[in-house]
Amino acid sequence: MKLKATVSAIALGLGLAMGGGSAMAEGELHLFNWGNYTAPDLIEAFEKAHGVEVTIDDYDSNEAMLAKVKVGSSGYDVTVPSDYMVKIMIEEGLLLQSNPHEMENFQHIGDAFRSPYWDPKREYSVPWLWGTTGISVNTNFYDVGGAPNDRWSWSIVMDPPEELRGKINMVSEMNDVIAAGLFYLGKDQCNDNRDDLRELNDLLQSAKEHWRTIEYGIIEKLTSLDVYASHNWNGASMRARLQIPEIVYVYPKEGLVGWADNVVILADAPNVENARLFLNFIMAPENAAMMSNFARYANSVDGSEQHMEAAMSDAPEVNAPNGTPTPTFIPPCPREVTELYTKIWNNLLK
Amino acid sequence: MSTSVPETGATAAQSAERRAVRTRWLLVSPAVVIIGCVGILPLSIILLYSLLEPAEYAGVVWTFSPEAWMGLVLERDIFDDTLGLSSAHLTIYTRSILQALFTTVLTLIFGFPTAYFIATRPAKERNIWLFLVTIPFWTNLLIRTFAIMLIVRDEGLVNHALINIGLIEKPLAILYTDVAVAIGLVYAYLPFMVLPLYASMEKLDFRLVEAGYDLYANRRRVLRRVIVPLVKPGVIAGCILVFIPSIGAYVTPRLLGGGKNMMLGNLIANQFGTSRNWPLGSAMALALMGLVMIALVIYVRNVTAAGQKSHG
Repeated sequence: MKLKATVSAIALGLGLAMGGGSAMAEGELHLFNWGNYTAPDLIEAFEKAHGVEVTIDDYDSNEAMLAKVKVGSSGYDVTVPSDYMVKIMIEEGLLLQSNPHEMENFQHIGDAFRSPYWDPKREYSVPWLWGTTGISVNTNFYDVGGAPNDRWSWSIVMDPPEELRGKINMVSEMNDVIAAGLFYLGKDQCNDNRDDLRELNDLLQSAKEHWRTIEYGIIEKLTSLDVYASHNWNGASMRARLQIPEIVYVYPKEGLVGWADNVVILADAPNVENARLFLNFIMAPENAAMMSNFARYANSVDGSEQHMEAAMSDAPEVNAPNGTPTPTFIPPCPREVTELYTKIWNNLLK
Repeated sequence: MSTSVPETGATAAQSAERRAVRTRWLLVSPAVVIIGCVGILPLSIILLYSLLEPAEYAGVVWTFSPEAWMGLVLERDIFDDTLGLSSAHLTIYTRSILQALFTTVLTLIFGFPTAYFIATRPAKERNIWLFLVTIPFWTNLLIRTFAIMLIVRDEGLVNHALINIGLIEKPLAILYTDVAVAIGLVYAYLPFMVLPLYASMEKLDFRLVEAGYDLYANRRRVLRRVIVPLVKPGVIAGCILVFIPSIGAYVTPRLLGGGKNMMLGNLIANQFGTSRNWPLGSAMALALMGLVMIALVIYVRNVTAAGQKSHG
């Protein structure tokens, strides 16, 4: 009995010592990314190339990520905010100025992404993937046609047809849902006009009656037929289509949000050197292609096309068909607007 | 505790007593330190935060404000800033209380016969039954909740079975509703009802039940007048153990509610996440704790009062 207790005490002690030791080891990288967004083969290749052990944790909205990181000592090294969120994080002093524009692989970055408004000199961020936020519709249940037409409208989720009622999911991202409502109403984005917002609030409240869920795991919801339509990102829509061919990605005629996610190093990152290696690594064409092949979004790296799967080059989700609106990249709204948005959003989630 | 220096009786007794007091304090000090460090200290921080203003992106600003406590039930209108009752919060409070009550009642209905069944088995068999009750604990609640999702979803086991036997034509929308959350809660907390019930039923003197029958009581009367009063402590313990965690449940409504149908736990978590209002979240957490404690005190007082009456 006594021997057993001693042995287990030693084992416990060793376990703690080893656990504590490895947490401080040099070969680590803690990645905080959107769920189901990180290509496993990319991580494997990075681990192999640099002898670094990567751990991944995930989030389901920019706001959730910000809330966790803002607290400080999150333990994460690298995270993947969208465009406007990069700007907020820079202003909040949460990011390390890692100067990616001086990194070796920066030469591969396409011209369009070298000087975005959120990080004009690319001093903090490296492009990850970019895309649009539209609507996925399972045409087995509601026919919207395969090419742009008049039915490609936000009304699919804001004033849904009988067939889709109660079978709709919305993304759990405040800015995207509100932007969709404003597009449908034909109002300005980043809007602080009270009358417009009142109208928006009424619209969302009435539309919510027909929404089944407001959640992140969209691919699974579509393929399990829990929902027939979802406010969705283009790559996620493509991944759902690869399982159910009748799922169409709708570019709503009223306009849609474009976004670009970026990899950044946190100011309090424990493993800065490994984080730098990672930023440089994902700018190499063959590695960027792995990201695209997995998540099904376009990347911003020239020369990655030749490493990409054929399914990507003719995918209507990635290559917008003629006659679809140009995506709008919405900068961070002023504080008063965000406050109003937050109230509308909280009211919606009750 | 003997000393080599001779002392007069009175001082020896005094110093022995002092030593005993010191030993007692030393012995309880680890508990006091732990309660202080992981109980009282964090609670004080929560209390402090609930009295501050929220910072723009998470965190707090160090200025005093009672706004968070007012925000528990009141809310400024989104558009004209007039103060009114917060329909969003009240909806969620009501839902949480109803769900927790429903869970408690349902687990009692299922748990009582289960515990009675186990307690009336031969002593050797009882352990096997108890073991079976605890088996679900071997798997993480998260995984078990995902399993429930698979079972109740539109294309899941339940709906397929019901359609196949011709009871329904279209799948029932169970997942992502209050019903799904209720199913999840009852499933998760059933063992917490069964175990305390069993503990008091095991001690039940079945000769009293027989005596009841001998005195011409029918089965229902025996249950009401003999069994229930005797196992009342178990019933109360079970209800407390089920009600408290289910009113603050997080995982179950999070997964089975589909981002809507929130409960208090989710509302509080949201304040520290996307809603970015730490003071409000702190105030909510404390208010919930306060309410539960008041309810507990009232409960326990009633029980002890009733207990004294029956023995007196």
